Amino acid sequence: MAELEAAVHHHEAPKGFIRRYVFSTDHKVIGKQYYFLALFAVVIGMFLSWLMRMHLGYPNYKIPGLDLMSPTGAPGNVMTPEYYLSLMTMHGTIMIFFVLTTAPQSGFGNFFLPLQIGAEDMAFPRLNMLSFWVTFVALMVLLATFFIADGPPISGWTAYPPLSSIGSVAGPGEGLGQTLWVVSIALFCVGALLSAINFIATTLDLRTRGMNLMRMPLTCWAWLVTAIVGLLSFAVLFAAGVLLLLDRLGGTSFFTPAQLKVSGVVLQHAGGSPLLWQHLFWFFGHPEVYIAILPGMGITSHILSTFSRKPVFGYRAMVYALGAIGILGFMVWGHHMFVSGMSPYSAFYFSILTMAIGVPSAIKTFNWLGTMWGGKLRLTSAMLFAIGFVSMFVTGGLSGLFLAQPPLDAYLHGTYFVVAHFHMVMGVAAIFAMFAGTYFWFPKMFGRMMDETLGKIHFVGSFVGAYLIFMPMHYIGIAGNVRRQSEFIDNFMQPLLPIHRFITIAALATGAVQLIFLFNLFWSMFKGKKAELNPWEATSLEWTTPTPVPYDNFNGRLPVVHHGPYEYNVPGAAKDYIMQNSTEVVAAEAAG
Amino acid sequence: MALALAIIVALITIVSVVLFHVHHWWLPENIARNGAAFHNQFMLTMAVTGLFFVAAQLSLAYFLWRYKDRGDARKARYTHGNNTLEKIWTSVGAVLFIGMNLLGYRLWAQARFVGASPGALRIEVWAEQFQYWFRYASPDGSGHFCETNVHLMDDATGNPLGMNLSNPACQKNVVTDTLGVPVNRQVELLLRSKDVIHSFFVRELRLQQDIVPGMVIPIHFTATKVGTYEIVCTQLCGLGHYKMRAFMKVMTEPDFEKWLKQQAAEQ
Repeated sequence: MAELEAAVHHHEAPKGFIRRYVFSTDHKVIGKQYYFLALFAVVIGMFLSWLMRMHLGYPNYKIPGLDLMSPTGAPGNVMTPEYYLSLMTMHGTIMIFFVLTTAPQSGFGNFFLPLQIGAEDMAFPRLNMLSFWVTFVALMVLLATFFIADGPPISGWTAYPPLSSIGSVAGPGEGLGQTLWVVSIALFCVGALLSAINFIATTLDLRTRGMNLMRMPLTCWAWLVTAIVGLLSFAVLFAAGVLLLLDRLGGTSFFTPAQLKVSGVVLQHAGGSPLLWQHLFWFFGHPEVYIAILPGMGITSHILSTFSRKPVFGYRAMVYALGAIGILGFMVWGHHMFVSGMSPYSAFYFSILTMAIGVPSAIKTFNWLGTMWGGKLRLTSAMLFAIGFVSMFVTGGLSGLFLAQPPLDAYLHGTYFVVAHFHMVMGVAAIFAMFAGTYFWFPKMFGRMMDETLGKIHFVGSFVGAYLIFMPMHYIGIAGNVRRQSEFIDNFMQPLLPIHRFITIAALATGAVQLIFLFNLFWSMFKGKKAELNPWEATSLEWTTPTPVPYDNFNGRLPVVHHGPYEYNVPGAAKDYIMQNSTEVVAAEAAG
Repeated sequence: MALALAIIVALITIVSVVLFHVHHWWLPENIARNGAAFHNQFMLTMAVTGLFFVAAQLSLAYFLWRYKDRGDARKARYTHGNNTLEKIWTSVGAVLFIGMNLLGYRLWAQARFVGASPGALRIEVWAEQFQYWFRYASPDGSGHFCETNVHLMDDATGNPLGMNLSNPACQKNVVTDTLGVPVNRQVELLLRSKDVIHSFFVRELRLQQDIVPGMVIPIHFTATKVGTYEIVCTQLCGLGHYKMRAFMKVMTEPDFEKWLKQQAAEQ
């Protein structure tokens, strides 16, 4: 007789409110804390993008109350082009670090990795708590820049020195604001590193009996690869951040060359290299793209299989592709630097490897389509967003094939074509995966169902909206519209203004559609239909334990795994799915 | 629902492709000698990516409609994949993507591996927050760029590059705020920055290059059409980044010589 459960010691939850919900070591609470931190951050980030879009489409429009945000940045409620740069810097930093890096990995990963591999908690619960609170402090430090006299920094999320390394002589915002930015990012790196160690240890050491690596859901594989990528890349960004801080405050010259004359002053720095920062930054920055998107790939694979009622097409190929993307992701950073002054010969190497990374990406796309092919699709909101992810990933990924070629990048670099590319492939796609994950796992996280009708309206609005916003950016990019400039003082860009207005209106409307999601999220938490144990008829272990999930996840008895993660519609099986811990023996399974 | 979604996906795909195809918002006119090669590589990439785009999106749309659960007795196909298909797909992707990339290398090599020809006109480009300066060795093409001194740099007194004006070589140098170049003659630019990273981008030349303090970066091009074209900074360089621009005047050789002499006389 097959083993059903393995007995372990049962743990009770702590009694006090603070230890239970604030400084909690419970991975489920921490997962939700990360999720809500990201939600808070994305609302701010989206609000900033609205303001930026208003300025781009309607430069002289008076936005009521804007001068309260910054009297100098928006005198008479009209945004200055300078303040635009501050908002852009904050938008990018908030979205990339505190949303895209935080929710898919630390949010969903924290909540569901232990549940899906059959563990009681993460390997290092206290470290986990520390990771979250360090990240929280990092966000607060970043947001503090809105409240200081000179306002937020203006040097973009990439913070290229010398602009970022020489202090307020380079302009207001480059003083205290930029210092706080560096401190915030360094803190964020610490949180991300601690979290990465935890994810790796948990995945390798705490899998329950029978959960061998090749039986893990692809979500767990994606979180594992992301954690390894994070461990190797955030360490480098942390080091770079410390050096940048030293250049700013300690009088060193890691990134600041000699004989700079800025605002009429000859600076005392000597011997630094601005390109060194770019190498260090992009050595982190490119893997960061995969940190944002790999968990989304895992979630998408998982959800497509569940609602296609079919095994994932090419599970092994999917695992290898995740690994290949993770490894190749470290070898392509120079493609951000084709026109930086780096040797043109190295562009050759970076470019070929970048094209090579298109191959595992294409494998994934092919296998997602293969998973749907011949399936029996249940078009839930979660499924729709997973399909939307594939669509966005394809569209955003393909424009990368232009930018990966140095001679084409020498034109497109610095235009809206790049903005379109990364927003679709790592922004919208990753956010679609977060939506998919939310609709899918909400019943487990909150014990109730989200409203499906609102969910579908939300999907259609977001899907169409995302294309209306970002497709036109390709066209204006090809036409040569430069990014990071807000006021089209030159005649060249004037003819493109109507498209900017179109994009602005689409962005406002698509943003408004997100209010439906927010309403659905909070309304369903309290008023949604009570969720059944396994509402989607899914196979992985999180659906085997009651909701709300017990403090120690499986009530002191860990499940034992007998099946792969995606056994749907196995011929001869009793139902159209076999739970991973089911003891049912089906002949066709081994053959399939 | 499934049909409506399939139609939406298909419509987005078709409209996107049509808008790429009609060239209403498109590359500005080309004035670079190697612009045709750029265009070919651009269009080849457009064709390959367009093919993948249409195939993937339409498959998605078709599967959405074709395989929707209609509540009938049909069972989903039980398969864990197909290794042969995986191998074919991977090889096709690798050959297409990497092959396409290799085809573009002649263009990159001509622009960046090979230096400017000996007869090229050399001009220094100096960038600072938030303007460009252009330095010519002399009105007649002889002479050389004299040493500059950061402590002498002063925009207000008309010596933005910090030249020692008692030095005869410096007296011959011509500094302008417009980049004048002769048509159909190769030009080599030496890019330098006084403060932070800037960039040199002329859309019509399909040419963009960062200007990094502490480095002198050479680039070269040949403009083939007389006219005035915008030079724009694409690297975020501070508060006034949005207004950092200059113009490039492409002139016939006699017009260029006249222009440069006039600039020399005015300074």
